[in-house]
Amino acid sequence: MSKDDVFEMEGIVTDALPNAVFKVKLENGHHILAHVSGKIRMNFIRILPGDRVTIELSPYDLTRGRITYRHK
Amino acid sequence: MSMITLKSEREIALMKEAGKIVALAHKAVFDAVKPGVTTKRLDEIAESVIRHHDAVPSFKGYGGFPASICASINEVVIHGIPSEKTTLKDGDIIAVDIGANYKGYHGDSAKTYLVGTVSDEKKRLVEVTKASLYEGLKFARPNNRLSDISHAIEQYVKQFGYSVVEVFTGHGIGLSLHEDPYIPNFGPPGTGPVLKKGMTLAIEPMVNIGTKEVVVLKDNWTVVTVDRKPSAHHEHTIVITEDGYEILTKSEGGEFDV
Repeated sequence: MSKDDVFEMEGIVTDALPNAVFKVKLENGHHILAHVSGKIRMNFIRILPGDRVTIELSPYDLTRGRITYRHK
Repeated sequence: MSMITLKSEREIALMKEAGKIVALAHKAVFDAVKPGVTTKRLDEIAESVIRHHDAVPSFKGYGGFPASICASINEVVIHGIPSEKTTLKDGDIIAVDIGANYKGYHGDSAKTYLVGTVSDEKKRLVEVTKASLYEGLKFARPNNRLSDISHAIEQYVKQFGYSVVEVFTGHGIGLSLHEDPYIPNFGPPGTGPVLKKGMTLAIEPMVNIGTKEVVVLKDNWTVVTVDRKPSAHHEHTIVITEDGYEILTKSEGGEFDV
């Protein structure tokens, strides 16, 4: 998928939902749903509520994103 | 953070019972798959088999999922919701995912079935997907690392020019349907947890003919390929044994799918 049209934001994971989805509160206060990137999967990184994460968003659907990094 | 539990003989025996029930439900669904049948009907058939054996469908109500099976046709990768409005057509492939909870322990297995006469292209996808699970299982034994399985699945699939879905993974299973660890179907070997006797794992390659990228539809469940090209899914629940693994969801009398 083209990565040209995405942008990044930071947020806090508030909920782990079914279907491999997480609810994330962004810095701007908005809540979005986010999937986990393949790279996080490959490195066996666990995402838990309370984690600070970097989210990749597409301007075409601002309610959904992809978690690309979990901060320590 | 990760909590992988090792199951006792008693627990494994219960999971084997759950697995047997899942296999029986699969057989009943397999026998019913033909053009003109609705996915709702397949759901009813699986649920009745599961309940007949004093078990409960693992998926019904899980995270709000409304049915007992996932029925995922053609470009639907996983988590397709059975519906009266969805009718099987000649040439379709349908991935059926079934889970059963028997006395608190879960079994989970998915197979992709052919509806009527299916193109060679789709048939090969289904065969490769199934074979990739067994390629991965060659590395399922104590002291190997989990990603040895992941790597073998991906390497096998790549030979055919297909792609492996990365966003969704296999998982540990037991008292819960989804336990640690999660099990990617791709990545380098030699990483992740060390496999130990008594680990119970649901390993489930999801393989696409086209792009690996997937998207969730508005119903918040149905996962489809971005390019809408076909996808197949094959899954078994296994236990790591002294010298390898045992499949807990295998049907007695041999496999009946392609």
